Amino acid sequence: MSEDAAGTGLHTEDMTLNVGPQHPSTHGVLRFVVKTDGEVINEAIPDVGYLHRSIEKIGEKCTWHGYVPYTDRADYLAAMFANQGFCMAAERLGEVEVPPRGEYCRVIACELNRVASHLIAVGTFGQDIGAITPFLHALRERESINDLMEEICGARLTYNYLRIGGVGYDIKPETCARITAFLDHFEPIVDEYNRLLSYNKIFIERLANVAVISKEDALQYNLVGPNLRASGVQWDIRRDIPYSVYPELDFEVPVGRGERGTLGDSYDRYYVRIRELMESCKILRQCLDKMPDGPAVAKVARKFKPPAGETYVRIEAPRGDMGYYVVSDGSEYPYRVRIRTGSFTAMSIIDKISPGIMVADLIALIASLDVDAPEIDR
Amino acid sequence: MTAKEIFERVNELCPGAATDLDEGCLDPFFKVDAANLKEACLALRDDGALKFSVLSDLTAVDLPTENVIQIVYHLFSYEPQQQIVIKADVDRDAPRIATVEDVWKVANWFEREVFDLFGVLFEGHSDLRRILLPEDWVGYPLRKDFVEQEEYDGISTEREPLVPENMR
Repeated sequence: MSEDAAGTGLHTEDMTLNVGPQHPSTHGVLRFVVKTDGEVINEAIPDVGYLHRSIEKIGEKCTWHGYVPYTDRADYLAAMFANQGFCMAAERLGEVEVPPRGEYCRVIACELNRVASHLIAVGTFGQDIGAITPFLHALRERESINDLMEEICGARLTYNYLRIGGVGYDIKPETCARITAFLDHFEPIVDEYNRLLSYNKIFIERLANVAVISKEDALQYNLVGPNLRASGVQWDIRRDIPYSVYPELDFEVPVGRGERGTLGDSYDRYYVRIRELMESCKILRQCLDKMPDGPAVAKVARKFKPPAGETYVRIEAPRGDMGYYVVSDGSEYPYRVRIRTGSFTAMSIIDKISPGIMVADLIALIASLDVDAPEIDR
Repeated sequence: MTAKEIFERVNELCPGAATDLDEGCLDPFFKVDAANLKEACLALRDDGALKFSVLSDLTAVDLPTENVIQIVYHLFSYEPQQQIVIKADVDRDAPRIATVEDVWKVANWFEREVFDLFGVLFEGHSDLRRILLPEDWVGYPLRKDFVEQEEYDGISTEREPLVPENMR
């Protein structure tokens, strides 16, 4: 409650506003209880759990191979990464080596998936701010990626493409040619997004200096991936704790520069993703060039029983560091599977950042963090 | 720093806090006595050589055979780049442990999740409520002996089989 807000002597009162769980800007089902003083937020309390499907508990009831399709659902916008994290954890426990062609297939599939996921992020960002057109432009390209994915593994959203020990199906030369054709078509389109959104004055004004996250806060709240990089920490697991074939590839790690305002503002978080689109294209081209011949999957026992032990595997998903903490007791079933996701921690910072910003900027903040409800709730 | 050096440094800063170093496994870890947890965490975060500024993950593992719930902390440092796992055992019948929320802010939500799914009480936590499950949910699902309640709010938690018995 604040009294005499504008020196008028009038008594004012905080308003409690419910946002969600069905709200177009929440990209799934999320809820916020927002306490506002006029247009200014005093407190925004996130309420999550609407999409909780107990994927971690299901992990204890499935065999190692049988759990892979479930991991898709942990983050359906980037299912390939959820597959990869679990497979890598199982391989590390069971000392399975993935053949080189399998690793390249994985990276190609993952980077295509990253482009698709970032397109959703960028497209819905525009939509949340009030620009509908870029959303359609982004989804149009994502559709082509879905077609490519369908060609690679038969599915368009929840892929179940990776196996423990490699990938389910080899990528055929015709598909490689189509991916190259897609890249030739897609790379100039990033300029289109820039013209539509990135350099649009209204868009910039809506995002620059809004909801600034400092480097210290980013570390305290363990932000990861593009959100962390936008706050000025140049850190990418693909480069810094390399896995798969990333050490053989040449790519840059975009980092926030405070281009249109303050370092770590919403615009930085947006623009880092646009730049990552180009980096992913670069990685894809290199992979298509370098892909070796050979089998795409290693021979793994059908009754896969890794020795007792535990591991924590980190991979760079589109929403940042995805960690799989997997404990094995030497049986056919994992003893414990824990999925640590980027959206969960990104969500917890909203509490801290929201006081003092406008209601409309809260929407920009949620969009800029690119939180994904299934990934928060698992 | 190697796991052994980290272990020794922690013991130097808070004597007797760290025990049972295991270097042989995939991710080296050591155990921290639950009573000294907070001091050890502060030392891990603030010491110039350790600098574990990030809590990557906080979770738990239920071990009914030993009658403990093991709280697992994955710590990470960007500069210098290093990681370590620390574990603290709590009694399974009355699980209580100090919060590390004021050491790493992100622990707030991680601890709420562990409270929600394992029923571990974090002493001193500012907002210990269920986070993923509804507030009136009975039981802690990630415990090994969890039995699902038969109905929730009058809705059965059982469902009809998708394919009838005689058609399988």
